[in-house]
Amino acid sequence: MSIGIAPPAHVFEPDPVGPEPDLALAGAAPRSLWDDAWLRLRRNRAAVMGAVFLAWMSLTAAFAPWLPGMQDPTAQDLALGASPPSIAHWFGTDELGRDAFARVIYGGRISLMVGVVATLVSLLIGVTWGATAGYRGGRLDDFMMRVVDILYSLPYIFLVILLLVFFSRSIVMLFVALGLVQWLTMARIVRGQVLSLKQQTFVEAARALGAGDARIIFRHIVPNTLGPVIVYTTLTVPAVILQEAFLSFLGLGVQPPAASWGTLVSDGARLLAFFPWLVIFPGVALSLTLLCFNFLGDGLRDALDPQDRRDVA
Amino acid sequence: MVTFLLRRVLLMVPTLWAIATLAFFLVRGAPGGPFQSEKEIPAIARAQLMHKYGLDQPLHVQYLRFLTGVARLDFGPSYKFPSRQVREIIAEALPVSLELGGWALLLAIVVGVPIGIYAAVRQNTTGDFAAMAVALAGVSIPNFVLGPVLVLALSLTLYWLPPALWEGPQSRVLPVLTLATAYVAYIARLTRAGMLEVLRQDFIRTARAKGLSERVVVLKHASKLGILPVVSFIGPAAARVMMGSIVVESIFSVPGMGRYLVNAAFNRDYTLVLGEVLFYAGLLMTLNLLVDVAYTWLDPRVELA
Repeated sequence: MSIGIAPPAHVFEPDPVGPEPDLALAGAAPRSLWDDAWLRLRRNRAAVMGAVFLAWMSLTAAFAPWLPGMQDPTAQDLALGASPPSIAHWFGTDELGRDAFARVIYGGRISLMVGVVATLVSLLIGVTWGATAGYRGGRLDDFMMRVVDILYSLPYIFLVILLLVFFSRSIVMLFVALGLVQWLTMARIVRGQVLSLKQQTFVEAARALGAGDARIIFRHIVPNTLGPVIVYTTLTVPAVILQEAFLSFLGLGVQPPAASWGTLVSDGARLLAFFPWLVIFPGVALSLTLLCFNFLGDGLRDALDPQDRRDVA
Repeated sequence: MVTFLLRRVLLMVPTLWAIATLAFFLVRGAPGGPFQSEKEIPAIARAQLMHKYGLDQPLHVQYLRFLTGVARLDFGPSYKFPSRQVREIIAEALPVSLELGGWALLLAIVVGVPIGIYAAVRQNTTGDFAAMAVALAGVSIPNFVLGPVLVLALSLTLYWLPPALWEGPQSRVLPVLTLATAYVAYIARLTRAGMLEVLRQDFIRTARAKGLSERVVVLKHASKLGILPVVSFIGPAAARVMMGSIVVESIFSVPGMGRYLVNAAFNRDYTLVLGEVLFYAGLLMTLNLLVDVAYTWLDPRVELA
């Protein structure tokens, strides 16, 4: 590929918000950081589209059992067997005559639930761990971060496989296993933020007013770390969904009769030559969801944290 | 440099020991013995089996034997295939996985880096947006979705390539492509971000000011620093390629480490699973160490600590 002669790249990048003058000095109400971020996010078309799709997908999945016309994903019709997409069955039916559309939507229920719950688990552990280490500092910080370093160097997906092989392959185990391995980066991010925040005068002021450590951490410091935490959380959900699908694809994740997108793709892949629609629809649903999370996460990062664009994960 | 290497290698030992210990006690604490799937067997035969695998000895003796075995890369015989040593199975499967992963990583770098440089140089043009949209899509499509779709299109519809197995050069194409796509995309994104960072620095302006051609500025001056994020990603990438390889090997029936791991997991072949996990762990840490060394070579400002 030829790189060619290009115009001087990037000498000055105008503020993405646009050339609006800063009115704060003129006495108008100043825009807060969050207003700014919201404005920037709304101008990012990909992120907005991603958010809309995700909202639609989550609502459909959450309310699937009560949606009119939604078929029972477990109702078999052996006489029908596998049939290609039709008006009666939008995504076709599988080899047991189950409606593939209903199965994809119900699969999304499980995939999204695993993604969100495991992310919440990791959020809880990571924020607490990182905030405590960063705030206390000293030897406790050294110790806690060394633990994180060691856990980081473990090939955790193999540990997850070990856990799932040796113990029951239940969905609770899946939550725990996935949540336990995801909190490390969150802990590092929060610790870094807290280290710089705790030096600032508003923390000193809070302490002077007699606030206890817990109150300072959770009331004054953690809210100020929200930007990076939100961005990273948005990017953790698709990572978890992907790992769940990966484990389910291998047969180690969600067990029948429950089915996630990973299970559906796995089942479909076995009959690929005969019933390709059984792979394509859940595969597209999964890929689109991951894509939208990535769009949204990218958009949020650009909106909340315009300086730091180095980490494109 | 030597002290750095020594310290890192010494640090690997306790980590590996921790994994080995954890894994050992997970296995011992796991419900059901290795021979549970067999039918009711006579007590004598059972005792014989236990003796063969050393399960009749006290726990601490078993643990010590296990550790010394691990140190010598000897994980004992497979539970499922008693005539074979875990070590032999790994030795047989490893070259296959290395070949698959190596090609995929190479492809990812060779294709991903130029795309990233191109997008960075043409920042905010249609070409940039197109490249990055495709890259984001590439990151978002899981390999176990991409694999079957590629098989469907290139094997079952067009009959260009064999849909599975690992025989002859043509059979390499689909697995490598399936494994590499996500990393092509990811490396392109990393390269672009790294290059953008570097291109706005003073020494680039100096290079332009003294009249160097844009080609020299980009390829010679900027790219060496711009691809640093890619270098540091190679360690984690290798780890993820190994993980992806598990899926790809299952899809395409490639006789590598990953497929053995999955089968062993289902067969509850404890020794094989343990051996593979420990081996993977050691391999991974070695790779990360090599990446750190490479990093200092590319960027002398980084100090080994």
